[in-house]
Amino acid sequence: MAKSKVNFDPRLARRKMIGGVFYFVFLCAVMVGILSLLVLLTRILMEGLPWLSLGFLTNYPSRHPEIAGIRSAMMGTIWVMALTALFTVPVGVGAAIYLEEYAPKNRLTQLIEINISNLAGVPSIVYGLLGWALFVQIMSMGRVVLAGALTLSLLVLPIVILASREAIRAVPNEYRLGAFALGADQWQVIKGAVLPSAIPGILTGTILALSRAIGEAAPVIAISALVYLTFVPADPFDQFTVMPIQIFNWVGRPQDDFQSLAAAGIIVLLAILLTMNALAVILRNRYQTRSED
Amino acid sequence: MNDDAPIFEVSSLSLYYDDFRALKDIDMEIRRYAITALIGPSGCGKSTLLRCFNRMNDLIPTARIEGRILFEGSDLYHPDVDATEIRSRIGMVFQRPNPFPKSIYDNVAFGLKINGYRGDIDEAIERSLRQAALWDEVKDRLKDSALELSGGQQQRLCIARALAVEPEVILMDEPASALDPIATLAIEELVRELSESYTIVIVTHNMQQAARVSHETAFLMAGEDRSGYLVEHGATSQIFTTPKSERTEAYITGRFS
Amino acid sequence: METTARGAATVRGDRAATGRFRRRRGASLESRVIWWVFFLCAMLSVLTTVAIVFSLLSQALSFFREVGVWEFISGTRWTPILKPRSYGVLPLVNGTLLVAFLAAIVALPVGLATAIFLAEYAPDKVRRIIKPALEVLAGVPTVVYGYFALTFVTPQLQRVFPDMIVFNALSAGIVMGIMIIPMVSSLSEDAMISVPRSLRQAAYALGATKLETSVKVVVPAALSGIVASFILAISRAIGETMLVTIAAGATPRMTANPLDSIQTMTAYIVQLALGEAAHGSLEYNTIFAVGLLLFVMTLCMNLLGYWVVRRWRQAY
Repeated sequence: MAKSKVNFDPRLARRKMIGGVFYFVFLCAVMVGILSLLVLLTRILMEGLPWLSLGFLTNYPSRHPEIAGIRSAMMGTIWVMALTALFTVPVGVGAAIYLEEYAPKNRLTQLIEINISNLAGVPSIVYGLLGWALFVQIMSMGRVVLAGALTLSLLVLPIVILASREAIRAVPNEYRLGAFALGADQWQVIKGAVLPSAIPGILTGTILALSRAIGEAAPVIAISALVYLTFVPADPFDQFTVMPIQIFNWVGRPQDDFQSLAAAGIIVLLAILLTMNALAVILRNRYQTRSED
Repeated sequence: MNDDAPIFEVSSLSLYYDDFRALKDIDMEIRRYAITALIGPSGCGKSTLLRCFNRMNDLIPTARIEGRILFEGSDLYHPDVDATEIRSRIGMVFQRPNPFPKSIYDNVAFGLKINGYRGDIDEAIERSLRQAALWDEVKDRLKDSALELSGGQQQRLCIARALAVEPEVILMDEPASALDPIATLAIEELVRELSESYTIVIVTHNMQQAARVSHETAFLMAGEDRSGYLVEHGATSQIFTTPKSERTEAYITGRFS
Repeated sequence: METTARGAATVRGDRAATGRFRRRRGASLESRVIWWVFFLCAMLSVLTTVAIVFSLLSQALSFFREVGVWEFISGTRWTPILKPRSYGVLPLVNGTLLVAFLAAIVALPVGLATAIFLAEYAPDKVRRIIKPALEVLAGVPTVVYGYFALTFVTPQLQRVFPDMIVFNALSAGIVMGIMIIPMVSSLSEDAMISVPRSLRQAAYALGATKLETSVKVVVPAALSGIVASFILAISRAIGETMLVTIAAGATPRMTANPLDSIQTMTAYIVQLALGEAAHGSLEYNTIFAVGLLLFVMTLCMNLLGYWVVRRWRQAY
């Protein structure tokens, strides 16, 4: 079948070879990401696992690495995250409801939408500066849990809004029309038909947003500074530290033992992150299978 | 090569997507330098059959074929045959105009460049655009984006793009179905002109179109198992006036669609 | 994807119309209150932006009352704490851009190649393994990357460059590059997946190989999304804080040498936030001036990214 075309010199063998070479190149590029992840995880597990013990979770930080622990930072993280969730979920869902269900198509709505997507791209340290100026200084809260939580709330709010909007948008329009047809007003429609079916999606998105906030050190560091806390915050007006800052603190020390403590802290942090992500995935899957029934 | 010999010889061709049999035992020959129309109700496998001729179905991982297609006397699906090379010899025009989001010039130049055209590329582009009856409309704006052309112009550009690589056969998959009546007529006229130097296989669901443009017509239908089979194949005049099969007659007289 | 968005917009428009209709007929007090609550929630995001601009600007202004804007923007010495004091921000900008540049060298080619592999080559089974792995890579906290750069990558690099000091731009840049690979790859992949199948078929039908189809047809058609992914990833690298604070050093200097210790704008902010600078002092205000510059730089890049997507989007 080799009836070659006189006007063309396709050099197919060569092109196929180049194709093969590039396939290999693309594959290598993928492996850069995957292998980096594997090396990173292996490295952290090897360094940190020997230092991981019950004592590490229950002890306060100390100058002596062998008895140092992450208790105050862990409790600080839990405090901050709980408050952040408390602030962002209602506001984020409210904003999403406004944009999806009420907002007219006008310039103000457009401004809000552009603004939200831009906020998602603002560096997290800038939120730290905002929180420091606004909550710590102007409102004179001091370097307390509440100031940290409010700062992180502003940081994750755009993500929660985007996730909630997606969840609300995924609710079939027939649900709304059905409820309207029964004579419900807009709020009743939202309350009775839209929100119940959007909740799993909202929850999933919120958990993922919080799992981003939990690893953030930059915005909190401007608020809490590098305190050496040997107590657990008792209320929102106590001083605090969070896990990524404790890890940062340990990484910055020259002694090898503290570096290993940092690795141990990272394992705990990653374990919490993994748990949250798994929870989000389970929620999503459960919801999906149920809606298929 | 003997001009009387068929360019394609299809024998006992079946095509499967996983377990689903989309085409069943097709036997037919495609005449050289003629326009063969593939007609039939939707879902009868006429587009699938068309895509067997340039091995486009190879791109679908679940697709596999049984049987044989001879192209110029040799097995199209022989392991030594390179589908990429085949496709540069058998051009294709699609249902919707699909110009690349590049300039008009670059659209036509694409096939020339990748296939290593030896001659003057500018000349080849002009020749292809003239053949596709588009040159006069675009000669002053070759650098403009192809997406600025009208639908009919875009489809003629796609034909020019296929012609540029000097194929022996052009496969057309309902090339006018997305166009308005006037653009459709322009395409039909173009197809007739091209048939003087190319073998053309055209899929259409428009029977008037098949009757107007084609020399031969093949009628396909889907059986009860939803797999397509060839009902009848012959000269277009014969198929439309004295069909051998009652099913063909029923279809062309519009008793079912 | 485009169609879905447009569909949703129309549906939303209809619903909004319903809402307006009801209000005009004299909505109840309750539904007015509810409307206001939701509206204020949405406006809070606008307020956040206003608050960011206000807090940065007000403190930065008191800084610029004492230090000229030109001196700040064009000065090549940054010694705000040590005497003789000098407030030229360029060394910090230099450090930031150097690390971002190194990160881009790693992340743009690798991320784009990954995207091409995922969008054009990988069978479903492989994609289902790689994509979650890349998501994990994107979800790892940045302190962890800092730890990785300082305790693993730097010692490896020191084998190649024995004279290199512990804190350096190279290590931070490489790890930053790894960190933003998923951002480049996922946004670019989205752009490539939304290129219609018919364009790929057209290329194959002309006798193009898979590589030619991917590189000469799909990538150019997805170019706006790919460029946007580059811009947004670089913007992310400019704003990234903990990684560079941990691994790149605290030495503001004008240099193009990746082996040098440098300081980025973000790392400077952290350094000063950790020290107890007196509220209202000039040092305290420097971080807001630097923060303002950082905010403006990333904002410009993000706006550029969105503009590229909108301006170049092909209407298929």
